[in-house]
Amino acid sequence: MSTVAVEVVYRGIFQKTLARNIVRTIVFAARKEGKIGTAFGRYGDSPERNGIPAKQFAIVSDSPEELEENLAVYEAGEVDVTINVDDTMCKGIESWAWYGLQPINALTKPGGTLIVTSRQEADALIEDIHQKDSPFNLAIVPATTSFSGLWVYKDDHTDVRILGALAKVCPELVSLDSMVAALEDQGWGGLKLTSARNSFDRTTQRPVEPGEGNDETPFTFELLGWRAMEDGLVIRGIDGATGFRGGSLAEDYDPIRSNASGDTDYQPTRNSVFKKFSTRSMRPVINFETCIKCTLCWLQCPDTCFDVTPDGLYDANMDACCGCAVCEAVCPVPDCITMVNEAEFNDNDSQWEHWTRDKDGYEKWMTELIEVQKAHDADSERSHGYHSPGKYEAESESEVALTGDDD
Amino acid sequence: MATETLPQTEREELISGSEAIAIACSLADVDVITAYPIRPYDTVMQYVSKLKADGAFDCDFIVAESEHSQFEIVKHASAVGARTFCGSSGVGWFYAFEAITVTAGLRLPVVAMVGNRALDDPGAFGVEHNDAMAVRDLGWMLYWVGTAQEAFDIALLAWRIAEDPRVFLPMAISCDGSFLTHSQAIVNVPTQEQVDRFLPQYDRGRLQLHPDNPITVAPQVNEDWLMEIRRQTDDAMRRSSDVIREAYDEFKQLFGRGDDSPFIEEYMTEDADIVLVGMGTLAMPVRVAVRRMREQGKKVGFVRVKFFRPFATDEIREALSHCKAVGVIDRDYSYGSPSYGGVLFNEIRSALYTLDNRPLMQSFIAGLGGREVLVRDVEEMTSMVQDSIDSGQVKEENTWIGVRE
Repeated sequence: MSTVAVEVVYRGIFQKTLARNIVRTIVFAARKEGKIGTAFGRYGDSPERNGIPAKQFAIVSDSPEELEENLAVYEAGEVDVTINVDDTMCKGIESWAWYGLQPINALTKPGGTLIVTSRQEADALIEDIHQKDSPFNLAIVPATTSFSGLWVYKDDHTDVRILGALAKVCPELVSLDSMVAALEDQGWGGLKLTSARNSFDRTTQRPVEPGEGNDETPFTFELLGWRAMEDGLVIRGIDGATGFRGGSLAEDYDPIRSNASGDTDYQPTRNSVFKKFSTRSMRPVINFETCIKCTLCWLQCPDTCFDVTPDGLYDANMDACCGCAVCEAVCPVPDCITMVNEAEFNDNDSQWEHWTRDKDGYEKWMTELIEVQKAHDADSERSHGYHSPGKYEAESESEVALTGDDD
Repeated sequence: MATETLPQTEREELISGSEAIAIACSLADVDVITAYPIRPYDTVMQYVSKLKADGAFDCDFIVAESEHSQFEIVKHASAVGARTFCGSSGVGWFYAFEAITVTAGLRLPVVAMVGNRALDDPGAFGVEHNDAMAVRDLGWMLYWVGTAQEAFDIALLAWRIAEDPRVFLPMAISCDGSFLTHSQAIVNVPTQEQVDRFLPQYDRGRLQLHPDNPITVAPQVNEDWLMEIRRQTDDAMRRSSDVIREAYDEFKQLFGRGDDSPFIEEYMTEDADIVLVGMGTLAMPVRVAVRRMREQGKKVGFVRVKFFRPFATDEIREALSHCKAVGVIDRDYSYGSPSYGGVLFNEIRSALYTLDNRPLMQSFIAGLGGREVLVRDVEEMTSMVQDSIDSGQVKEENTWIGVRE
């Protein structure tokens, strides 16, 4: 008698099909061994939003009665394996439905495994992953984060590589042979099966001890009871905008004219418990030296994340930025705003403050980041999904070469 | 038990309740399907359009410009003799209400899926039963589904029952949002041959709107006629019970699965002191809780009401006549109702009024807006019912469970 629960943490739009392929194949593979299972997405999620962290689950049991026991709680309290298909979510995730940061390994049970697709080393990932009171294992599937669109799928073998790794780290779930048989049933063969088997052979686990990792306390907030809530579905507005970093606004401040002309510092109102940064897989890096103060980034940002600094520059607030890259697209100055892989950063600190404090240091930091990113771009590193016909085929080729080869 | 089960040629699929109903549509060879997106019902239209795009299903699939048009189109299609399917959720279902109310009055056997959803505002996707419940007085048959397999099975049954000339009434299949519409389970899907053997063609006979059969449908009537027309619909609903039993028995014979009764599912009720009652997917945590409490020696059972309309008065009376107390768990609300109880609670209490030995009755409101009904919630409710038995009276007739104070 046993039940195994697996969750797949993925990014909305870009990875919905990937997550679905994984959880469904788990259930098919379990059927090969006479077990029964179910696969479902967390209903409170809204995976039709770019990049939003979301979850799908697969629950596998020996018998229908046992499955019912485990489904009596819809979202599992703990899982045997957490699969994270984008390493930037190691910093924690906030779903569309649930405001508060949840560590990536929050549901991973003591002694369970967190599988991450990443090109980073284990130590770098553990720096991001929140500490737990109990030990768990970290397994890395070496891969560039696989992003597709809602209607197109990049068949770069990430799905089968994860499933191969899963059979290795959680043998009580299903055997590799059952996993491969389930893949064959879905019409997959040849190199994809080789990828799954190679991933099984090559996957290793690194034990993570209690207390090891990121020691930040994830932000949370309290849900009110019905007696304390205001009647009539009313939510009070938050106190208005201020000058930069809470200063007072200029006397002749006008919300449109003043900001557009950049002659006053300004910071919009933000909800302190509604941060959206875990949606971000890339962030803008700004060259304040070449900024011409045209206001376009400030104007076009869908999340109002730019603060106007006292010197009329625009500082992207990293608690509010979703990483949509609109600012990079609308900026008329070459390389003034560059989207860089979120994995390169360990905090949400202000870039403008960094630049003001140490202009040379900032220049060096920024230049290095941009160079690394450009090198990655040439190698199809990380991007926001589908852009042109043939793109996925080209990207898949380099990915498959990572593990798809025969030894 | 099944005596003449067909060979086991069913295929196994990993699908949601919505996908199961979409596949049932294709096997039932539905002629006209109308759609308008609203979560969670939209999962059905996604699967129907996929089947159609894949060339696996030939039907007129019309994405209307609103729910109102959606239900008007199937109403008219049904009048000319087309087998029809549509559906909606929450306020979308309410937007179609003018069409929904007349569908029953015109005796049109439209089959609709209601993906149960809270009535916005506030915006919420999660399950509440108030949306589908709104047709309870209007001549729609109303069924609450427990599993994805049952969603498939009842869809086939729905056309068979609704299109029976003794009935000719529409039927709504209620599926809890999320738990049924978005969870994939193993479902046995029969062959076309099996389905064809069970489900005859829709034949509207002398009521078919057709140039060869010149008729007028739905003229203006006033007090001279209306009461007789209402009485006809009432009689059709009364007749539907026998048709349901007949169809269900045949379904069990052909497909080899089903409960003792098409109307209710009884679970460990025989010797139970306390019987809990509920509808839809909350049956899952309730059954688990009942098993656990049984292990502790507590005599608890469960009745899942499947058909809410027609309401199986006799069967429910029989099932609840031997226990000391009944706790009804409503996934709905009825503000200002008798005892502030849920809709199901008051229906059940009414059905039991004529019993010689009436059990104590207690109402619980739980799981609104998709909040989970947990095993410990069920245990808490049971213990409150036990307190009532011990003290010989019900102190709080209605309690909200799992609400933040």
